[in-house]
Amino acid sequence: MNRFTAQHILGIYSLSPDEITFILDTAESLKDILERPIKKVPPLRGKTVVHLFFEPSTRTRLSFELAAKRLSADTVSISANTSSVLKGETLIDTARNIEAMRPDVIVMRHPQTGTPHLITKYVKSAVINAGDGINEHPSQALLDVFTVRQHLGHIDKLKIAILGDIIHSRVAHSDILAFTKMGAEVVVSGPATMLPSRQSEVLGAKVVLKMEDALEYADVIIALRIQKERQGQSLIPSLREYGLFFGLSPDKVRLAKSGALIMHPGPINRGVEMAPEVADGPYSVILDQVTNGVAIRMALLSLLLTKGS
Amino acid sequence: MDFIGDLLIKDGTIAAVGESIEVPQHTMAFDLKGKWLVPGLLDMHVHLREPGEEYKETIESGTAAAIAGGFKAVACMPNTQPVNDSAGITRFILEKARSSDRAKVYPIAAVTLGQRGEQLTEFGDLLSAGAIAFSDDGLPVKNAAVMRKALEYALNFDALIISHSEELDLSKGGAMNEGLVSTILGLKGIPAAAEEIAVFRDIALAEWTGGRLHIAHLSTKGSVEIVRQAKNRGVRVTAETAPHYFSLTEEAVFDYNTFAKMSPPLRTEEDRLAIIQGLKDGTIDVIATDHAPHSVIEKECEFQMAANGIIGLETAVPLSLNLVRNGFISASQMIRCMSISPSRILGLPEGSLKCGNSADICIIDPKAIFTLTRESLHSLSYNSPFLGKDLQGRAVLTLIDGRPVFDPTGILSLSKIN
Ligand SMILES: [Zn+2]
Repeated sequence: MNRFTAQHILGIYSLSPDEITFILDTAESLKDILERPIKKVPPLRGKTVVHLFFEPSTRTRLSFELAAKRLSADTVSISANTSSVLKGETLIDTARNIEAMRPDVIVMRHPQTGTPHLITKYVKSAVINAGDGINEHPSQALLDVFTVRQHLGHIDKLKIAILGDIIHSRVAHSDILAFTKMGAEVVVSGPATMLPSRQSEVLGAKVVLKMEDALEYADVIIALRIQKERQGQSLIPSLREYGLFFGLSPDKVRLAKSGALIMHPGPINRGVEMAPEVADGPYSVILDQVTNGVAIRMALLSLLLTKGS
Repeated sequence: MDFIGDLLIKDGTIAAVGESIEVPQHTMAFDLKGKWLVPGLLDMHVHLREPGEEYKETIESGTAAAIAGGFKAVACMPNTQPVNDSAGITRFILEKARSSDRAKVYPIAAVTLGQRGEQLTEFGDLLSAGAIAFSDDGLPVKNAAVMRKALEYALNFDALIISHSEELDLSKGGAMNEGLVSTILGLKGIPAAAEEIAVFRDIALAEWTGGRLHIAHLSTKGSVEIVRQAKNRGVRVTAETAPHYFSLTEEAVFDYNTFAKMSPPLRTEEDRLAIIQGLKDGTIDVIATDHAPHSVIEKECEFQMAANGIIGLETAVPLSLNLVRNGFISASQMIRCMSISPSRILGLPEGSLKCGNSADICIIDPKAIFTLTRESLHSLSYNSPFLGKDLQGRAVLTLIDGRPVFDPTGILSLSKIN
């Protein structure tokens, strides 16, 4: 029985802890399909998923497409450079046109915050936010929580350290919301140019300038991908200096609990966000995150499309 | 603390200080009656010109001028050629200072690469190499967003950003203070607002980010008031002025004297008095010289084209003593502005005459009168509006780690050995 009532997946912000748990449990039950020799089941036969990507993406898009295909949905992909956006069509018109072809789900990524929320007003299909601006990336956060639960058995009372560009990262925002909703303590750190100005708290996470304070006793360390510039403005002097002073070195990892999980949403800049020996170390679960991403996205699609069944 | 007494130095450190100390055997003793024995002075704003403009000054000549002026240490600005924007250049400056073996040198690194105001320098790497603070001095950081990022990025390292506060669009083409005198002289002026807007901008950014800001060379009444209000609000801001801003006014520019041209420009009498008031009430923490050597090539020319800046290391003590003599500030306030406060702001051990501290000491003869001449200067340049003038009060002995590095009158040869 599907007791999932959300119409869209726009952000972790609007999900309750119960809903998050339900998504994780669903993903758990779907995950073993990925390990079978025939990786396909029929529940979404006859359903159509449109992937509408206004920003380049390799892994998120591939992950969503595979998730849809594993569940036997038909999938179509539209990327910004081939779409009518270049012909001057407004986002709302694009959404209306896609809607006219009766898809069941629109998976959307857009460089501007709030765009998936905007199109829900114009389409009847379910909308999944695959990343909007610097706002949210809910499926990433769900797969992160899923991966931690898989390895550590629970989320509550864990200390999660998130390092890097907190203020401009939709992954950071969704991760903070998801982990705190599930009862974890989240501490974020990074260059002050990448942290909220003069705030000791952001979305329920503690903000610290000293990376050591974030890492101490951490059960999980999530290093975020670093972009040197945002809107043409440089936030750090160089990737080299970031690696030296803010990168996750084996020494810094030792400040955390022994066996602390090492995570990264990918793609990794080796030697910048983390040292290669950390990324490839025994507690790195970075590739598990990728595998779990498909399971989480299968769960989201099936929950949205099998409501009431 | 201000008293008449004795001080004993042993192995480069202060071994005893008090009203009367028994002189141990085999100790050289000096009678310094009538002289002031103060902690070594620190000038947190000098231009040493090396690398790149060694014809104006070198690290060796600049530090010689420093010890002659009573300064045990200087912090040097990064607007050299090339700009001190990388660890390699910082290390070069420190190496040169070490081999010159005169005043200590604390390099201030650039905020942005090439002082172009775009890309932050590697603060962490520069601090590791020995940089003490960050400034694009000579130029403001024009882009407010870049200044904001600098103040924020500095937070991770608890580093200090020093602002050369100037709104370039307003000061552009200006050669002196904008006012009656600039009208009389027919020179394009630089309004006080060009400084005040920039001071306010950087204070607003420091307040928003929580970053640590120091405002260089305050010159206007309005700037002093802006800093005063910011301090009352608890903003992490400190400020300095230079001796010329409390000693001279724009009138010094009459005759198109290029030795009275600097940035910011000399202002009005009202501004001068406000600067003094700022020193008096503690709004201005530091007296720093903005020692800016230039050769005849840059100074003996059309006023409009002449370079900005004057030398200051060898005139700071007598000019500051004028304030003490005229009753504006106390002797200990003067020493606080020239030693204790700049040390604290730069995060250096506070120069104070306490037992166990290294004997960095300046001995000042407050009464000595001397004429400032080209020959008497240790700096390679002589671009001073006080050239040819009689000045009163000077350093007569400078000790670093108990070692005499400057003793022009031979005080040390007058010792008695117990
Ligand atoms: Zn300056």
